[in-house]
Amino acid sequence: MNEVLLSVMLPLCGAVLVAVTGRNANLRDAMTVVTSLVTFAVVASIAPQVMDGARPSAEVLQVLPGVSLAFRIEPLGMLFGLVASSLWIVTSIYAFGYMRGHHEANQTRFFVCFAIAISAALGIAFSANLFTLFLFYEAMTFSTYPLVTHHGTPEAKRAGRVYLGILVTTSVAFLLFAVLWTYSLVGHLEFRSGGILSGHIEGTALAILLGLFAFGLGKAALMPFHRWLPAAMVAPTPVSALLHAVAVVKAGVFSMVKILVYVFGIDFLHDSGASVWLMYLAAASILIASVRAIAMENLKARLAYSTISQLSYITLGAALATSSAVLGAGMHIAMHAVGKITLFFCAGAIYVAAHKSEISQLDGLGRRMPITFAAFFLGSLSIIGVPPTGGAWSKWYLALGAAEGHQLVFVFVLMLSSLLSIAYLMPIVVRGFFRPSPEGEEGGMQEASLAMVVPLSITAVGSVALFLFAPQLRELLLPVVGG
Amino acid sequence: MSEHFPALQVLLPVLTAPLCLLLRHPTLVRVLSLAVTVGCLGISLALMEQAREVGTVVYEFGNWPRPLGIEYAVDTTNAFVLVIVSMIAAVVLPIGCRNSQVPEGREYLFYSAFLLCFGGLLGVAITGDVFNIFVFLEISSLATYILIAMGRDRRAIMAAYSYLIVGTIGATFLLIGIGLLYQMTGTLNIADLAVRLEDVKETRTVIVAFAFAMVGISIKLAVLPLHHWLPNAYTHAPPVVSAFLSATATKVAYYLMLRFIYTILGAGFVFDVLQFDVILTPLSLAAMFIGSLAAIYQTDFKRLLAYSSIAQIGYMTLGLSLNSELGAAAGIVHLFNHALMKGGLFLVAGCVLLRVGSTAIVDMRGLGSRMPLTASALVIAGLGMIGVPGTVGFVSKWALVSAALDQQAWQITVLILLSSLLALVYVWRLIEVMYLTEAPEGAERREAPPLYLIPTWILVLASVYFGFNTESTLGVARAAAHQLLGGAG
Repeated sequence: MNEVLLSVMLPLCGAVLVAVTGRNANLRDAMTVVTSLVTFAVVASIAPQVMDGARPSAEVLQVLPGVSLAFRIEPLGMLFGLVASSLWIVTSIYAFGYMRGHHEANQTRFFVCFAIAISAALGIAFSANLFTLFLFYEAMTFSTYPLVTHHGTPEAKRAGRVYLGILVTTSVAFLLFAVLWTYSLVGHLEFRSGGILSGHIEGTALAILLGLFAFGLGKAALMPFHRWLPAAMVAPTPVSALLHAVAVVKAGVFSMVKILVYVFGIDFLHDSGASVWLMYLAAASILIASVRAIAMENLKARLAYSTISQLSYITLGAALATSSAVLGAGMHIAMHAVGKITLFFCAGAIYVAAHKSEISQLDGLGRRMPITFAAFFLGSLSIIGVPPTGGAWSKWYLALGAAEGHQLVFVFVLMLSSLLSIAYLMPIVVRGFFRPSPEGEEGGMQEASLAMVVPLSITAVGSVALFLFAPQLRELLLPVVGG
Repeated sequence: MSEHFPALQVLLPVLTAPLCLLLRHPTLVRVLSLAVTVGCLGISLALMEQAREVGTVVYEFGNWPRPLGIEYAVDTTNAFVLVIVSMIAAVVLPIGCRNSQVPEGREYLFYSAFLLCFGGLLGVAITGDVFNIFVFLEISSLATYILIAMGRDRRAIMAAYSYLIVGTIGATFLLIGIGLLYQMTGTLNIADLAVRLEDVKETRTVIVAFAFAMVGISIKLAVLPLHHWLPNAYTHAPPVVSAFLSATATKVAYYLMLRFIYTILGAGFVFDVLQFDVILTPLSLAAMFIGSLAAIYQTDFKRLLAYSSIAQIGYMTLGLSLNSELGAAAGIVHLFNHALMKGGLFLVAGCVLLRVGSTAIVDMRGLGSRMPLTASALVIAGLGMIGVPGTVGFVSKWALVSAALDQQAWQITVLILLSSLLALVYVWRLIEVMYLTEAPEGAERREAPPLYLIPTWILVLASVYFGFNTESTLGVARAAAHQLLGGAG
């Protein structure tokens, strides 16, 4: 079997295995780990080919004339695939610790849906055309719904409605419209270097089509369609970590970059100026979400707003449509994923070990959970974008791209946003390490179980390591911008 | 043998029906009826094959040439309808007449009524003679009233009675229309009608005839303001009957509308001179929204499905009202796709009725754990209703929106997409009740028997399979529309 298909199918097989072995918890969890390891190995084995300029592909079947279910791995998708499949391993281990430590019900359903969502993420990453992307995009929405409503409480049900309501409404009303419109203009839906729309559409219609795509990708949480993301925080933390910091939201911004690069084409966008409004909207989204994050008292809610802000970095980079900006956007997919998953892991560890979810309750906790808080500190640095963390590089390229496009105002926006992210992340670290503990809560080490501490340490180290691997990432992504 | 397939297609079920009355033995009757439906499916597939090869398969009864004799004419369009009708019949009939008022030992009454209804619908679709259409329509309708009245609830009788009144009015309107056409042309043969009407088209008589025929068909099709019989009939009929009728009866009526507009009168006359789309487009759009909105507020699962059917019929007539090959193809393919989804959903209702004893939505609480296979069938078919990619619903939506975009009908495109979101609301209400609500106290966990589950899952899985393989659905529908619009226009 073609390794491209294999990598998309493996998590699905994993889902079946998990469902079958559901009665035996240890066996079931072993299935998840094995599947995630094998999936990552397969995805990683494709990477060298892509680095060498090959574009592994597979066509499954032709659904409609000019519309097929097909995969083709280009560098951007390779990157997203690597990020999703590698973080799946870490998150699985973390999830065992969390779900067991927290005595959650319906764990089999949880891991089944989780695996399906990963398969959908890989399908999006490797899609060769808009139809395939749309298919897996919707599959991801529906497979993550049971995860968001996992607790089954009225609150979870409400959040589930917001989640599904916004994501499906935007995808059907805007994204599907845009896909069909593109199809009627071009006659096919392939992703091609340099875009496919050039010469078929111009002026206001082009800006409208861009708007349909940008808002249709509700998973990118571009304001004003961002409300589902804070609502989804009602889910168990591993879900927030992998899905709402990595797979789901990254599927949104990844699709945004992919569509802007391979459907519109960055030269076409840049020359027509159709995306200028999107730059301003993304910038507004960055700043407003950052300010909202400062006001959030709940730790996960604050991280959710921080995610909204960071996602718009990527949208901004794609909308700027200069080669450095698109490079920065692509890199930020990886950098933010590793940084933000660390922060969510820490939030979950704090919740399980100390049963605290509000920021005001964290005083002095850093002395009892030093590893967790140190990891949180490293993750924060990456989100803020200071060396020696990966986030520094992506922000650097984004700023460079803004300058290249003579849009200096966005350089300022990026800097301001860094300041704001210091304001909403650093107080948490400061409280943990320097404030005195409340009465009666002093004591020795009180870290969460190893299954949670190890993954969060790995990702924290990873966000530093990415600082060193930036040249490789850049080399992988260069063909995207035609360099 | 194969040259007699058109005749056998109809005669087989129609002649087996009285045979069942004579045989009376439950098992024998059951096996015989099943064999007939399966045989009809085989014949319809063979006819489809022939029609695709030669264009139109013409069969003259008793070798009497038209206009003396009755002629059967099968082209791609009605071959497709024949396949839909016989396929659904073959899939749902094995369930039989459980959950109905039919007393034990008298099941043969159900089977003969079913076969008559089945044969009548096939006859309407296959015949090339307008009076013959009326006759077969009456045969199927009369059998339908009997089948609906068999529902185990006493309200079924009232539903059947009101459908009888409305249905008879519809049939009468159609008959008046046919009579006026005969008066103007002196022929009842569809092919002859098309030729001879050319000269007299603009006369008031023909316009009135068209109006009568359209109203008559619209009643049978349940186009929006004429839809009142449908929710009661589908809600109270036995589940197998609801599944069969929702998947076939309205489809045949839709086929009649296509035949009258495109073959008999010609699209140019209907849309350019009479401007039928000025009426049909707003009615279709209204049906899409009102039907779906009404479905959202239902408290009974079967009734919800019935209102959703009204909305889905709106999609079909909208495709027709776009007056293009793509539009007609979108309507035709939705016949098939909707038959799979709605047939599957009504069978799910049958499973629920069997085990839970009611189809009230409140009684479906916790169904996800009580009847996992039934509930997951509902989820998959429901995703199809929403139009999630990878299901037949998406194919229909794709075809319809493409057709609208092709005519630059932006408002219609937006309205189609928005109305499809309403399906999300009514499907998700069910999913929340099934999976996120605790089962009521003392509810037993018992899955429906395989006899119910297998047909249900056949339809549900087919609705996924044909979501990917569109060559045999959309491909055929496009060919059918091409033939329909190219032959006369």
